[in-house]
Amino acid sequence: MSRCSSQAVIPAQGGVRGLARGRRWEHSRARAWIPAFAGITMILCATPLHADSDMPAAPLSYTQLPDPKQEAEAKALMGTLRCLVCQGQSIADSDAELAGDMRAMVRERIQQGEKPEAIRAWLIRRYGNWVSYEPPFEPATWLLWAMPLLLILAGIFLARNRFRRHGGTMERRAGEPRES
Amino acid sequence: MKTVRIILWLPLIAFVVFVGFVAAGLIKPDDMTHPSKLVGQPLPEFSLPASQQGKPGLATADLRDGKPHLVNIFASWCVPCAAEAPQLDQLAQAGVDVVGIAVRDRPDDTADFLQRYGDPYKRLGADDRSQVQLALGSSGVPESFIVDGKGIIRQQHIGDIRPEELPAILSTVQEAK
Repeated sequence: MSRCSSQAVIPAQGGVRGLARGRRWEHSRARAWIPAFAGITMILCATPLHADSDMPAAPLSYTQLPDPKQEAEAKALMGTLRCLVCQGQSIADSDAELAGDMRAMVRERIQQGEKPEAIRAWLIRRYGNWVSYEPPFEPATWLLWAMPLLLILAGIFLARNRFRRHGGTMERRAGEPRES
Repeated sequence: MKTVRIILWLPLIAFVVFVGFVAAGLIKPDDMTHPSKLVGQPLPEFSLPASQQGKPGLATADLRDGKPHLVNIFASWCVPCAAEAPQLDQLAQAGVDVVGIAVRDRPDDTADFLQRYGDPYKRLGADDRSQVQLALGSSGVPESFIVDGKGIIRQQHIGDIRPEELPAILSTVQEAK
């Protein structure tokens, strides 16, 4: 299954085939160099096929909103929304066309007075929590949110046991010179 | 004393479990597809202008006419879209109402694409800024949505339609009546 995304770079097929041929001729060392060399040259010279449209970017994808307060809201939201094609970047960081279109959508809606959380909810209804970098508090994420508290409690429990034991030995050793 | 020993080992055990999770994540191939959450729900409201002269654009109301449709999201700049064109032609010949959404595409480029690879589309809307694509929960081209006569999304097909997938798609369309 293949799809177009702004990140897709497909090397020319000849290069790959040339390398495979090089491997098959391994018995004759001198001859093996020729196709291997040709293969490497083909890979180096292959023109990457960028799957991108020629259309100009949407007006608000690279332009800030005139109102600084609205722009700050939009920027904060864009930093926590996932780019759908690059998947590891936020739409604020990505140069993919779809990320640009998403930024334009966010800015337009904020300009129209929509609340950032409403825009996030709109996207989550379509793409799931995956599209947001801010995990919500729900059964699947209870452990995630509770973990810091649980770790602190475990730490207090461990420290308490340790101090209590230590305190006991200190009493017994009272009068002795301190270690280290 | 015994419990103290177990507590001493706990960090190491936790670390080994953590390494196990990381290793499993590295070994297992990652599924990068994220299906739309709108499958099973009504199509969002949209209305796209016509991409080509003499061929109507596409709006949600057009897809609620009592007949199932295959909504194909494509673009002339997308290579797998050209690869799936023969399959879309076959579906159209089999009587499926194929309608299209051309994403970020110049009308001239779309016209060239249709001339080269065939034109199975009864309607063709131009989504110049991916806004309808986003509204549908689609994250790339090509993608196809099978929509029933009431405008409910029955199935989403991510990526190009392969010849071997045609029978399954045909039967889903027929069931969507």
